Amino acid sequence: MIQAIVFLPLIGFLVAGLFGRRIGARASELVTTTLLFVAAGFSWIVFFDVALGHGHASAPVLANWFTSGKLSVDWALRVDTLTAVMLVVVNTVSALVHFYSIGYMHEDPDRPRFFAYLSLFTFAMLTLVTADNLVQMFFGWEGVGLASYLLIGFWYQKPSANAAAIKAFVVNRVGDFGFALGIFLVFQLTQSVSFEQVFAAIPGIAGHKIHVFGADFDALTLATFLLFTGAMGKSAQFLLHTWLPDAMEGPTPVSALIHAATMVTAGVFMVARLSPIFEYAPDTLAFVTLIGGITAFFAATIGLVQNDIKRVIAYSTCSQLGYMFVAEGVGAYSLGVFHLFTHAFFKALLFLGAGSVIHAMHHEQDMRNMGGLWNKIPFTFAMMTIGTLALTGVGIPGTELGFAGFFSKDAIIEAAFAAGEHHSVAYFAFISTVVAAGLTSFYSWRLVFMTFFGKAKEAHGDAHAAHGHDEHAHGDDHGHAHDDHAHDDHGHGHHAPHESPLVMLIPLAVLAIGAVVAGAVFMGDFAGHAYDEFWKGALFTGHDNHILHAMHEIPHWVSYAATVMMVLGFLGALFVYRLAPGTAQKIAHAFPRLYRFLLNKWYFDELYDAIFVRPTFALGRLLWKGGDGRIIDGLGPDGIAARVVDGARLAVKLQTGYVYHYAFAMLIGVAAVVTWFVAGGLR
Amino acid sequence: MARGGSARSRATSRSILLIAKSENRPDNEAAREDDKVAVAFFYLFSAVLIASAFAVIVSRNPVHSVLYLILAFVNGAGLFLLAGAEFLAMILVVVYVGAVAVLFLFVVMMLDVDFAALRQGFSKHLPVGAAVGAVVLGELGFVALGWQSAPGAQEAAAAPIVAGVSNTAALGQVLYTKYFLFFQASALVLLTAMIGAIVLTLHHRPGVKRQKIEEQNARTRDNVIEIKKVPSRAGV
Amino acid sequence: MVVGLTHYLVVSAILFTLGVAGIILNRKNIIIILMSVELILLAVNINLVAFSASLGDLTGQVFALFILTVAAAEAAIGLAILVTYFRNRGTIAVEDINSLKG
Repeated sequence: MIQAIVFLPLIGFLVAGLFGRRIGARASELVTTTLLFVAAGFSWIVFFDVALGHGHASAPVLANWFTSGKLSVDWALRVDTLTAVMLVVVNTVSALVHFYSIGYMHEDPDRPRFFAYLSLFTFAMLTLVTADNLVQMFFGWEGVGLASYLLIGFWYQKPSANAAAIKAFVVNRVGDFGFALGIFLVFQLTQSVSFEQVFAAIPGIAGHKIHVFGADFDALTLATFLLFTGAMGKSAQFLLHTWLPDAMEGPTPVSALIHAATMVTAGVFMVARLSPIFEYAPDTLAFVTLIGGITAFFAATIGLVQNDIKRVIAYSTCSQLGYMFVAEGVGAYSLGVFHLFTHAFFKALLFLGAGSVIHAMHHEQDMRNMGGLWNKIPFTFAMMTIGTLALTGVGIPGTELGFAGFFSKDAIIEAAFAAGEHHSVAYFAFISTVVAAGLTSFYSWRLVFMTFFGKAKEAHGDAHAAHGHDEHAHGDDHGHAHDDHAHDDHGHGHHAPHESPLVMLIPLAVLAIGAVVAGAVFMGDFAGHAYDEFWKGALFTGHDNHILHAMHEIPHWVSYAATVMMVLGFLGALFVYRLAPGTAQKIAHAFPRLYRFLLNKWYFDELYDAIFVRPTFALGRLLWKGGDGRIIDGLGPDGIAARVVDGARLAVKLQTGYVYHYAFAMLIGVAAVVTWFVAGGLR
Repeated sequence: MARGGSARSRATSRSILLIAKSENRPDNEAAREDDKVAVAFFYLFSAVLIASAFAVIVSRNPVHSVLYLILAFVNGAGLFLLAGAEFLAMILVVVYVGAVAVLFLFVVMMLDVDFAALRQGFSKHLPVGAAVGAVVLGELGFVALGWQSAPGAQEAAAAPIVAGVSNTAALGQVLYTKYFLFFQASALVLLTAMIGAIVLTLHHRPGVKRQKIEEQNARTRDNVIEIKKVPSRAGV
Repeated sequence: MVVGLTHYLVVSAILFTLGVAGIILNRKNIIIILMSVELILLAVNINLVAFSASLGDLTGQVFALFILTVAAAEAAIGLAILVTYFRNRGTIAVEDINSLKG
């Protein structure tokens, strides 16, 4: 069954990719979506069997990939609870996104290619989560990176989409480079890449030092640090986050699938999967916590002021990923994965809902041009509200009543506090996650209020003018707000907003169910009483890791802190955007520099451009024009050709066309030869 | 070529004037007088030859050049006579002067060259040309003055001059026997030259009626004659 | 003063040089070139005849006869070409005849 789960999407990719043009768009959609639903069904069966039930973990080997000396890499599909959780997440969201895309991409002429790429992505992600060794995981890692590139740049005629796709790939590549180095180091330390063997060998290596570039490092710390850089790239953590907002160039289903629920969570998954290694590298875990905490706060601040609806949700994703890493950094891997699980539901719900809004607004993405939609697209409004409730973590502390995010997010905050009593980094993470909770609530409700409430913006023309003025003033969203469909014409920009078709609304409903109940239903399994029966050792915790118990011994105010922040955020948004409209602009004018700083994403893009991009281009141009052009080509083909032409030009001068010149030349030749012989004879 | 390979025996420099008669000549005063006259004529012919050759190339008027060329040929023929090749000398006069030089004259006159337009003055190659020419001349002289005949060259003559036979008869005896193939080849050369000259310069004037032999031969009765029954007083 | 082979050779050499100089230093017209060629051939003939007389070998004269033949033929062809060229170009000044320019 596990083979079916992994390979059905591959079959879907091949069918839609190779034969898409012949079988037509509708057939491609149906084939891929059906296969995904079958795979999703199987995933739930596996989940019930392995995770919730008493099924055993297994790792059937499919084939040997290659063997080179001591390195032996097999294709094997590992199935344990962690895998089962990920399978459910990936396949469910992917199936729903496939279904949703039938409606969302309805007018797009390249549908077979789109669905093929979606299935390809799913296959790669499944390979990643079912990997039984580091190299196979890397294969899936790179595969999802490739699929992400293809999907972000799906509308390849748009230069901004191409740039965003390249940016995503390159930034990922930086992380992947570290990841690869980490794999090499692990192999060098343990002489194997297979998980079983690596995990078995780790305790023996703990504390070993290796000598690199003249300094001694703790081997496992270095290895896990390198591996984590891969996670930072893939999960858009602080410093390697710049690609995620630009990835919104892709169609909204792509954002929902890849940049909310699955690909970006690959980093979280990887750390959880490698928990046996990470548990022996406490310094790296501290670093993970630090990065997670910074990201949670940093992304939330930027999300406060973004005007593109998808970008707000993107930064929200970035921030929530920070939460997950905080959880893993303090040792509560299951909480990180739990938040991954719940986050997949409500973030995908939010993205697909935003897609529905965009569809209703005929491809308008700027929230400043939206408003008053709650009664025009009521179902979407309801779904978005549910998603927001889940994201912000609405619930009653101390009870089992709450939306999904309430359980997972608040658990992380409590765990951070509990760890913070021993490690200052965790305390920092606690502060930042608590503050970020408030900010999350603020921007999430801001999104809802700006989009669904207030005055409906009437003429499209006004919106254009207003947007144009804003563009110059704030320098944000350079033309990204309009037209995420490259080929769309502006003809139908004046229709009234209408509800999306059923094929788009059903996935919203399914995800909403998950967003509501997933937290309550599964909290016990993931992090509660049923922990051991659930995980069955899939996640490793070291001897000193008692975080899950320590979580329950925290003071009460901590467990209320998250809810309090959430309420404060809600009230703040309500005040600024509903009760006293115009307050936002007043605040922005009062703190112009801070506003611009946040609006321009803390100027990270500009910073990276100056530090990395420009020097690289300059170096490239130097090597190309100077090195390649002048030196290699100049000394080689071009230079030789030019010298030959020069020689020919000299030779041409000899051909005057006058016979007597030629005769003269002959005479000179004769004289020379005779002189030569005469002189030779004299000797 | 004169190199230090062969033995350094100098061949006796004997006169080659009037060679056919050299063996029969008595060694007396009259013969020596004859010799002096011959030497004088040699220098005369040589001087005029070189002078007229020089005049050929520096004359402004091409007709003058041709006339000087004729003079050079005649003097050359005289030199040939002195060397005992009278047949060749006469042939030189007949062929070169009588045919080639006349041909030159025809062409020069026909081409209506405009003298005024002819540029004079020495070419810019003169210094180099003069130098190279001097070098060539020097080497020629060097060879001419410093060489020796190989021993046994006399005896290795391919067609020795037989005494008692006139030059013409001697040439005839050799030409049609030993050198027959070359004779035929030179005939072919002349034929080719003739055809070539005609091909190059012949151009049919339009309007001149000519016979086309091949058409005449290819004509058959059927092509040209048609018998029509014509009723009387009706016409064709 | 015995006129030996050497004298004839010297005369021939001078004539040859004059002929070559006529070809190279000529700035007037093509006919001068053709006449210089005739001079060269005459020089060669003198050379051959001198050697024939000196060595007592008729081969030199036979060869001179053939050279005479060829020289006549070549003069005819050369003039024919010249005439055709003049008909086409209208000039025989050496400066204008540079079609061989590469």
